Amino acid sequence: MKIIRQVQAHDLDDIATGGAVLGTGGGGDPYVGKLMAREAIRKHGPVTLVDVEGMADDALIVPACMMGAPTVMTEKLPQGDELLNAFNQLQRLMGRPIDAVLCGEAGGVNSTIPFAIAAAAGLPLIDGDGMGRAFPELQMETFTLHGVSATPMVLCDDKGNSLVLDTVSNAWTERLARAATIEMGGSALLTFYPMSGAQAKKAVVRGTLSLCARIGRTLRETRAAHGDPVAALVGLLGAQLLFHGRVQDIERRTEGGFARGRAVFGGLDDWKDSTLRIDFQNEFLIAERDGEVLVTTPDLISVIEDDTGMPVTTDSLRYGQRLIAIAFPCDPQWRTPEGIALVGPRYFGYDLDYRAL
Amino acid sequence: MIRIGIDVGGTNTDAVILDGARVVAGVKAPTSGDVMTGVVEALKKALAEAGMQASQADVMMIGTTHFTNAVVQRRNLAQTACVRLCLPATASLPPMVDWPDDLRAVIGGHWWLAHGGNEFDGRRISPLDEAELVGIAAEIRAKGIASVAVSSVFSPVSDDMEREAGAIIARELPEAHVTLSSDIGRIGLLERENAAIMNACLRDLSRDVVEAFRRALAGVGFTGRFFLTQNDGTLMDAAFAERFPVLTFASGPTNSMRGAAFLSGVKDAIVVDIGGTTADVGSLQKGFPRQATVAVEVGGVRTNFRMPDVFSIGLGGGSHVLEGGARVGPTSVGYELLSKALVFGGDVLTATDIVVADGGIELGDPARVAGLAPDLVRRARDRIAEMLEDAVERARVSPEPLPVIVVGGGSIIVEKPIAGLDLIKPDHFPVANAVGAAIAQVSGEVDRVYSLSEMSRDAALADAKAQATDAAVAAGARRDSIEIVDVEDVPLAYLPGNATRVRVKAVGELNV
Repeated sequence: MKIIRQVQAHDLDDIATGGAVLGTGGGGDPYVGKLMAREAIRKHGPVTLVDVEGMADDALIVPACMMGAPTVMTEKLPQGDELLNAFNQLQRLMGRPIDAVLCGEAGGVNSTIPFAIAAAAGLPLIDGDGMGRAFPELQMETFTLHGVSATPMVLCDDKGNSLVLDTVSNAWTERLARAATIEMGGSALLTFYPMSGAQAKKAVVRGTLSLCARIGRTLRETRAAHGDPVAALVGLLGAQLLFHGRVQDIERRTEGGFARGRAVFGGLDDWKDSTLRIDFQNEFLIAERDGEVLVTTPDLISVIEDDTGMPVTTDSLRYGQRLIAIAFPCDPQWRTPEGIALVGPRYFGYDLDYRAL
Repeated sequence: MIRIGIDVGGTNTDAVILDGARVVAGVKAPTSGDVMTGVVEALKKALAEAGMQASQADVMMIGTTHFTNAVVQRRNLAQTACVRLCLPATASLPPMVDWPDDLRAVIGGHWWLAHGGNEFDGRRISPLDEAELVGIAAEIRAKGIASVAVSSVFSPVSDDMEREAGAIIARELPEAHVTLSSDIGRIGLLERENAAIMNACLRDLSRDVVEAFRRALAGVGFTGRFFLTQNDGTLMDAAFAERFPVLTFASGPTNSMRGAAFLSGVKDAIVVDIGGTTADVGSLQKGFPRQATVAVEVGGVRTNFRMPDVFSIGLGGGSHVLEGGARVGPTSVGYELLSKALVFGGDVLTATDIVVADGGIELGDPARVAGLAPDLVRRARDRIAEMLEDAVERARVSPEPLPVIVVGGGSIIVEKPIAGLDLIKPDHFPVANAVGAAIAQVSGEVDRVYSLSEMSRDAALADAKAQATDAAVAAGARRDSIEIVDVEDVPLAYLPGNATRVRVKAVGELNV
C-alpha cells in the first residue's frame, strides 16, 4: 500500500472546509459528517489515507455515502452503526472482506463521512472520489463511466433496517434508493459501487481528499497571516475569478426533489456595471455574465465570501451578501461525451451545450 | 406611558426615561461588579435628571450581559442533565459532543438518550417509553442534579413528545426545572439542544438575577412590571426571562441598533455604535437589525439563535494613536478615557484627542493637544475615516445610499459623513442602547418543516403566520398591533415530496 498520510481528528476542519468548496453550493453542510469522523477517529485512531495506485488489482474497494436531505441529517443524526451494518452485509454478499473505503463524493457532507467508517472499520481510505465535486444523484459517478455497477448496494437506516438493491442500471438504483430513503426518514447511509482495485485505478478522481485538506489549510493559514484568502484559493485551484458582487435577487422553487433556483449578483470593483446570474439545482450549475454563458456543469462553480474566502451554499445565499464567484475545471473524465451526457447541462434540463472552461 | 430603559454593558450601565416617545433623561453610570449597584446608581441618576419618582414609571426594560458573561467566564453554571428523545437514531453524536471541554466539565457533561422523536414528516421514530424516562429521572436525582434539558428529534415539527417527556420528568423530579428545546431553538438538533442545555445550566443564576432585579427595583420604589430584552430586540417579562435566560444573549448590539432607529426616525440605515474600545457595525432593515445567517458561537458553543449580523472593529473614543498617526487602535484606554486622554489631563494620545486637535469638537482642555504635529493629526484623522469607511462598506446590504447613524459614547470621534453617505447623529446618541431597550417590542417565531404533499404552500405559510402571531400574543403583544416582519421558506434539498422549511416572525407592541 502507498500511504499518503495519517489523518488525525484535528485535520478534519480543513477537510470539511475544502469539501464545502468542492460542494459547489450543494452537498450539505459538512459539519455533522465532520463530527462523526472526529468521534470515530478519537475512538478508533487515525485514518490511513492511501494512493489508489498502491492497491492490488483484485482488492475489493467500496465507496460510502449518505443519501437524502442534508437538512434532515442536521436534525436526525445517524445512529452510528449504519455504515458498519452496510459493510458487513456487503462482505457477506461478496463473500470476501473489503480492503479499502472510497469516498463517493468529495463535495459537501460526503467528503467527511468516509473518514468515520474508515476509522470504525479499521480500513484504509483511498485519496480520491467518484465526482471531484458534488452532484445530486447517485449514478453521477465516474464509476458509471467505466461500467461499474452501483449494485449490489446496501442502504441502511437508523433503525437497523437495510435494503439490498440489485438493479438493471445505475439510474434505476438512484430511483429506487431515493424512494426508500424517504421512507427511512429522509436520510440514510449506504455503500455502493463495489469495485476491484483495477477498476478503481481507472475510475477514481484522484487526490481529491488531499485537495480538500489543502483548500482548508490554505484558507485558514492565509486568514491567520492576514493575507488575501480569495487570491490564495484561486491560486491553489487554478481557478478563474468570475465575479465580485452582491446578491441582488434569489429565486427558489422545488421540482422533483431538486431545490432549483437562480441567484443574481450586482457587480463591484472591476464588474461594477455587470450582472452575474447563477442557476442552481442544489449545486451551482450555470454561470452567465451579462447574458454570456461563462461556465456550465460539470465544471465547478464555487461562491465564496469576499473577505474570508469561506464557501457559501445555495441554501444560505441571502440578499446583500458580498461574494465572489470562482470557477475551475472538472476532472477530464467528465469532459467525454459519456460524461457530458451523464452530468452536462442538458441532463439538468438546460438547452445549452457544455463549454469547457 | 413612562418607560425606563436600562442597558448593562461591560463598562457602563446606561439608563433612559421615556415619556411616550420623548426622551426625558439619559445617563451613564459605571457598571459595578455586582451589577445591581450600577443599575440602582444609573436609575437614581436618571430619575433625578427627569425630576421623577420611580413609582411614576409604568414599565422597565433591562438589557443585560449577565448570562452571556456567565457562559463565557464559566461562572455560576449549574450541573445539568440532558435527555434526548431519539433512539435508535442520533446515537452517533451524543449531547455536548462539540462543546469546549472546560465548559462541558463545569456543568458535568451528564446526558441520556431515550426512545422517542419524530421524522421530518411528523412520523414517530419510536414511541415514548415512560418507564425508561422514570428510570432516567431516578438517575438524575441520584446525581443530585436539578437542571434538566430535554431535546427531541424534529421537535420544531412536532413538540408533543418533548412536552410529554418534560411533564414526566417534572413529575418525577418536582424540585428540578426543565427546559424544552422546542421552546428555544430552531431546526438543527445539536444547535438547538446546545441552547437548551445552556439555558438549563443558567436557570439557578437566572432565578437569583431576576430576584435581585426585583429587589433592587423595589428598593428604589418602582412598582410597575419589568422586562428583559432578547437577542432579537424584543421583550420577555421577568417570569419568562427567569425560565429562558439564554434568550438574552447578544441583546446589547440589538438594543443599540433599535435605539438608533428610534432616535433618528430612520428604519433602513447602517448603524455604527462606538464605545471606548470598539465600534459595533451592523445594518438596520425595517427598524430591525439584519440577522446573521451562519451558526453563531457563544462561549465556544455552536447555536442557531437569531443573532444580529454585527461585527466589531477596534476603534473607539479611547483607541491609542500609534506610529505617528498611521495606526489607531485596537488597543485602548477604554473606560479610563476621562483620566488618561490628553485633553482630560492624562498622558495617552487617543482618537478623541485627535478629533479635538483637528477642531472637530470642543472637549476637555484643547490647549493640551494644540502642540501636536499637524501631520500626525491629519494622518490619524484620515486613518480613523478610513477604518469607518471600510466598516460601513462591509455592512452595506444594498446599493441604495443608506444613511449612517452613529451612536454610543465614543461617537464624538465622528464628525463628517462616512463613505459619502448621509451622517445622522441623533439626540441622546450616547445612550441609544438603553433607548433601544425602552422601546423594545414583543415577538413570536416559528420555524418548522411542512410537507406540501398534504397542503399547499400558501396554506403552510398561513399556518406558520398564525402560529407566530399566537406566539407573539402569548409573549405579551397586543394582537391588533402585530406585524409579520420576516417570512422565509426554503425547500429541503435532495428530497422529492416537496418538504419545505418555513420561518416566520411576528412582532407587536407590548400590551401594557
